[in-house]
Amino acid sequence: MSTIPKGSRPKHLTVGRIGLYCFIIMCALFFLMPLYVMIITSLKDMDEIRAANILNLPKELSFYAWPKAWSQACTGFVCEGLKPGFVNSVKITVPSVIVSVALSALNGYALAFWRFRGAYFFFGLCMFGAFIPYQVMVYPLLKIEDFLGIYSSLPGIILVHTIFGMPILTLIFRNFYASLPIDLFKAARIDGGNFIKIFFYVIIPMSTPITIVAVILQVTGIWNDFLLGLVFAGRDNQPMTVQLNNIVQVDYGVAEYNVDMSATILTSLVPLFVYFISGRWFVRGIAAGAIKG
Amino acid sequence: MSMKNSVEVKNISFSYGKTEILNDLSLDIKEGEFMVLLGPSGCGKTTLLNCIAGLLDLTDGQIWIEDDNVTWKEPKDRHIGMVFQSYALYPSMTVEKNLSFGLRMMGTTKDLIKEKIKKAANLLQINELLKRKPSQLSGGQRQRVAIGRALVRDAKVFLFDEPLSNLDAKLRAELRYEIKKLHRDLSNTMIYVTHDQIEAMTLADRISVMKDGLIQQLDTPKQIYNKPANLFVAGFIGSPSMNFLNAKFEKSNQNIIVGNKQIDISKYENINNVINDQEVVFGIRPENINIEKNENSIQCKVELVEPMGADTLVWTSVEGNPISIRLEGSSNFNLNDEINISFDINKSSIFDSKSEERI
Repeated sequence: MSTIPKGSRPKHLTVGRIGLYCFIIMCALFFLMPLYVMIITSLKDMDEIRAANILNLPKELSFYAWPKAWSQACTGFVCEGLKPGFVNSVKITVPSVIVSVALSALNGYALAFWRFRGAYFFFGLCMFGAFIPYQVMVYPLLKIEDFLGIYSSLPGIILVHTIFGMPILTLIFRNFYASLPIDLFKAARIDGGNFIKIFFYVIIPMSTPITIVAVILQVTGIWNDFLLGLVFAGRDNQPMTVQLNNIVQVDYGVAEYNVDMSATILTSLVPLFVYFISGRWFVRGIAAGAIKG
Repeated sequence: MSMKNSVEVKNISFSYGKTEILNDLSLDIKEGEFMVLLGPSGCGKTTLLNCIAGLLDLTDGQIWIEDDNVTWKEPKDRHIGMVFQSYALYPSMTVEKNLSFGLRMMGTTKDLIKEKIKKAANLLQINELLKRKPSQLSGGQRQRVAIGRALVRDAKVFLFDEPLSNLDAKLRAELRYEIKKLHRDLSNTMIYVTHDQIEAMTLADRISVMKDGLIQQLDTPKQIYNKPANLFVAGFIGSPSMNFLNAKFEKSNQNIIVGNKQIDISKYENINNVINDQEVVFGIRPENINIEKNENSIQCKVELVEPMGADTLVWTSVEGNPISIRLEGSSNFNLNDEINISFDINKSSIFDSKSEERI
């Protein structure tokens, strides 16, 4: 046997590797189990569900639950399914994400490059804000919004999401911008840019990775929110999560587990989709912000 | 070069919080002059440049550019162009957009922008690169583009912040030559920060050697090299650096005494200013030491030989002080050879031990 290393690296399958793979596969199975149960349950009819073989595949595929969850299930007094909730969630999420990300990028830029007096204090304040449990602020915020006359409305809930998103997003943007070479900013100032021009022409074109991270964080965070939507959105703008809760929490009649399951899957599709298409960017952006910050 | 001042730095101070970087510093730079700010890292040279550019706010003093008090003016209103060590090209823009950015910000017409870019690109030979992104350029090409960006703006004063420090030795020499040529052709005022003495010596009309936020000496490269104002300048300029011997002066026979050896310094230009018994530092450049036997020579041994091609550096010692001698490349010395060395006294520098100032 030749001992001279040549060609591609030889492949070794060691015991440790096999053990590692076994562990990873078991973890995956463990975490996928609930999803599996959800999907098969949503495809069974109620008779089969009552037979209580929770892990068995459906004997007969029944798609009855899905359309019902989407457009007929009762959420309280109305029985229009999750569809209005989906529309509401989109109406809440899209403006909230745009406003909070745009403002945070501007904040982060100001904090990183225009070191105004008290910038560090403000930065510390953001840190602090990012770690306060938001439940603490629900009641005071409710009173404020009531005073402003936007409580229980679409602008009301958008404002709340923007406020709660900004500390952490500002931190993320500031750390990303702090990792950019300061000379770029100096060059732009000499080239005649002012605060806004430098932001739009120089900084924003470089912000793609971190913006994607921020958008993912906000989309999933706002879409999955239940408490704020319940408290601030008002009856007409209840997001999908609140309506899902209303479907699942039945006070009378029969609990239709297949409908519950398909409703839950429908509700979580948006964040799942966002993660699938952008996981790569997410990791990259978080790493960029974390290491160089 | 006219006698008019292009940039006037008037008694400026700058501090970061409680750390004072510059204190009451003044500097006049003439129109068309190539001024190099030279010094070790942390001496305040880059801070001074940033103050002139308006990127840092002064704590005190004034900056005048072209007879205009620009102390509180924005960088863009100071008629300056700046080139950075890190190139600082906008990564999302092509070379062309990088060059035109400043002009676009000023609202220059498209035709004029085109014309100016063409002119600058021709001058710097970057015509082929105009459509590329900075990430597709080499270090040397990037720095050319960065210089071009300052060029298109018709800046009155060019500021260079260690522009060649990130390049390898060969490219550095090439671009140094180009910058010098550029200055010859444009004859703009240029202020150039570096810690590299070769760059300083080759480029400058005048060098201002800085240390701890103070200008140690402000003079032509020749003067600074031949007549350093103090020990710091003497040691900082020149490679290999000046040889130093601690000595005591004896007025009666005009000798300095180094240990057991005596050196006759009667030919030193300012011999009359040296006081009897004064503790001095005798400084002599490696090329001002000759190997010859005469009544004033000192016998010593070759301890190390460094052939450098054009020159050969021979190391020896006098009374325990290492001494380097620069000789022709063809000279042939071996370890432990006995040699007699004599100093070219009228090219030497003598400093007071305490004040470290040149006598």
